[in-house]
Amino acid sequence: MQLLYFAWVRERIGLPRETVETEARTVAELVEELKAREERYAAAFADLSALRVALDQELADFNAPLKDVREVAFFPPMTGG
Amino acid sequence: MDIRVQATPFDFGAEAEAFARGQGDMGAVVTFTGIVRDVSGGLVSMEIEHYPGMTEKALETHAREALIRFQLGDVLIIHRFGEMRPGEMIMMVATAAPHRADAFQGAEFLMDYLKSRAPFWKKEIMQTGTDWVAARDEDEDALGRW
Repeated sequence: MQLLYFAWVRERIGLPRETVETEARTVAELVEELKAREERYAAAFADLSALRVALDQELADFNAPLKDVREVAFFPPMTGG
Repeated sequence: MDIRVQATPFDFGAEAEAFARGQGDMGAVVTFTGIVRDVSGGLVSMEIEHYPGMTEKALETHAREALIRFQLGDVLIIHRFGEMRPGEMIMMVATAAPHRADAFQGAEFLMDYLKSRAPFWKKEIMQTGTDWVAARDEDEDALGRW
């Protein structure tokens, strides 16, 4: 599974993308796995209310299932326009 | 429908002119342009990051919805990414409709969605340091009216 990070999430974790092998069934489970890895992940995912997630480039919820998902992106609320 | 996500500047006058000229059966064209604004007086530049692929998809989805909802004849969206200085144009939206109310509403709808649902993030490079621009509650609330 391909993970992508944008804006301050990317800066806090220190990389724009990575490939992970995971058994996580939902986004929330994946987040817990990542947080347990290293302090920088724990810091980036400390407050989920400040984060948004997209599954295969569509906005989704943190309790959304990961079945058949290839690309997961984490980022702060968007500031376009 | 024309959607462009690009690093390079665009010629607002030429784009607006070409867009309006192409609308034979539309009586109204509305354009909106967003400009890099130096709020505190210490802004050196604005850096805009985006999510290639998802950005284009999100803009297309909202443009299609605007076309149907407001019976627009045409939509143009240009949004830049990368580094821009104060006064530079960040993006533009143009809508064409038979009558002005739909053209105005279509443009407002697109702007409201672009602010909070298109994957762009702004970072301000100040003389004193850098700061990610925080999303505003008012922008999120604005979606409620649609």
